[in-house]
Amino acid sequence: MTLKSDDVRSIAHLARLYIEEDKIDDYVEDLSSILALVDEMNQVDSHEVKPLSNPLDASQRLRADEVTEGNQRDKFQQIAPDVAAGLYRVPRVIE
Amino acid sequence: MPMTISDIRRGLVNRQFSSVEITRDYLDRIASHNPVLNCFISVTEDLALQQAATADAVLARGPGELLTGVPLAHKDLFCTDGVKTSCGSRMLDNFIAPYDATVVERIRDAGAVMLGKTNMDEFAMGSSNENSWYGCVANPWNTAHVPGGSSGGSAASVAAGLAPAATGTDTGGSIRQPAALCGVTGIKPTYGRVSRYGMIAFASSLDQGGPIARSAADCALLLQAMAGFDSRDSTSSEIAVDEYSANLEQSIEGLRIGLPKEYFTEGLDSRLASVIETAIDELRKLGAEICEISLPNTGLSIPTYYVVAMAECSSNLSRFDGVRFGHRCADPIDLEDLYKRSRGEGFGAEVKRRILIGTYALSAGYYDAYYLKAQQLRRMIKDDFQKAFDSVDLILGPTTPEVAFKIGAKTDDPVSMYLQDIYTISLNLAGLPGMSLPVGFVDGLPVGMQLIGNYFDEARLLQTAHRYQQVSDWHLQIPEAFS
Repeated sequence: MTLKSDDVRSIAHLARLYIEEDKIDDYVEDLSSILALVDEMNQVDSHEVKPLSNPLDASQRLRADEVTEGNQRDKFQQIAPDVAAGLYRVPRVIE
Repeated sequence: MPMTISDIRRGLVNRQFSSVEITRDYLDRIASHNPVLNCFISVTEDLALQQAATADAVLARGPGELLTGVPLAHKDLFCTDGVKTSCGSRMLDNFIAPYDATVVERIRDAGAVMLGKTNMDEFAMGSSNENSWYGCVANPWNTAHVPGGSSGGSAASVAAGLAPAATGTDTGGSIRQPAALCGVTGIKPTYGRVSRYGMIAFASSLDQGGPIARSAADCALLLQAMAGFDSRDSTSSEIAVDEYSANLEQSIEGLRIGLPKEYFTEGLDSRLASVIETAIDELRKLGAEICEISLPNTGLSIPTYYVVAMAECSSNLSRFDGVRFGHRCADPIDLEDLYKRSRGEGFGAEVKRRILIGTYALSAGYYDAYYLKAQQLRRMIKDDFQKAFDSVDLILGPTTPEVAFKIGAKTDDPVSMYLQDIYTISLNLAGLPGMSLPVGFVDGLPVGMQLIGNYFDEARLLQTAHRYQQVSDWHLQIPEAFS
């Protein structure tokens, strides 16, 4: 699988990741060589194998829907880039 | 110096020195050697001396807990309340964790003193520690060489005696590979054995925390403090934790050890192979029965691993958006610009590569070809191990295909770096425990041997490694510049 520079631009958009224009070619080369490695998976027929997502085949443990943590808003907002009146500030979204 | 955890505990309990004194010694060693080695991102001197004074008060009344008064370091991936937790990334350079990871909490509750936070590949993505925002760590055996990664700072700090032991995490070999390259002992437990709560996630179905120390006996002590069920980690195991130190001295007479023929092929440096053969002979003398086994899908583990790891990483790292914590770009023009530039500036090249591949593999139309396919191969790899464990108790092989390479030797070729992980990543895919212990040198650089156990059989790994360490002295070697 070989990628083109437009593929890298569209994947970077999906990932909300800014890539400098002059680095696109490097990414095309690196990602294509990684995908070539990944394509080795196709040497094996596995269509009847059940996919494994948890290595112990365990399912997610559930818990009662209860409040277990107190309000720590002030503590969490101390490390935020931009807050005002207890809210997180971002550029205007709705005109 | 350097001492083991057991040496330090004995000295503290027998009043040969206080926790403040021994902590001060380690802080002094860090101050003199860290400028060369770059093992630590943060040194928490004031906190360490305060915790040591508290430990001394406890020790005045009795022996205290398992680790009372022992100074240790944490990989900078474990959240530490009130202390910078960078994960080796510019993205989290300003991140003061608002809570403690379960591992940090348990080790503190066991009485240990925190010296600081160790350097690592950014978000644990790397095999050389060259991907850290804070610069590469030098290998104490030869400072022109890498220490391995991603827990490179932890392994190098233990090897150089800047900490008696340190925590690490292992997603594809990140405890075992740097332990091997730095000549120290490290164990990656079974998936679910150590809580992932407060461990900054890379690939959630592969990540597992564990100790790096100077001996298997020390790994047993530290793992004892770390392991156990945690309701805050939904994949934490409820299986009872063994007494890891209890059976260390027992004989390994009759232990059946399998050597996967796929691990001893042309990919392995023949000089490492002969060092490992010598160690196998020692285990034979201790009564182990050695036989050849086969793990036929070994070659598929690299592509399978990188699809699973990158897909999960792209999903996990989507939380870093510049809104509630972490790096934010200057003057964003709109929300999309804020996301894209904050992430573009905050992440380094390898993290970006992995996010892009993961995003691609999970994107519409490609899911079946990549992620689903990888999950199917993942089961085949697990089944290989399960079949092998029908006839053997342990599996043994090299930890890495070569000794520590030179800084910069593989940075231009990500794929050649990934191939370093050939012997370690299949365990993460299968969720099995594995450990690396030093068994000799090639070109003056340490060689690691890997032991692989069945699920939750950490006690047997530690016992076998301990028995070997009683008849060998590779784990006692100290790099001359740091003796």
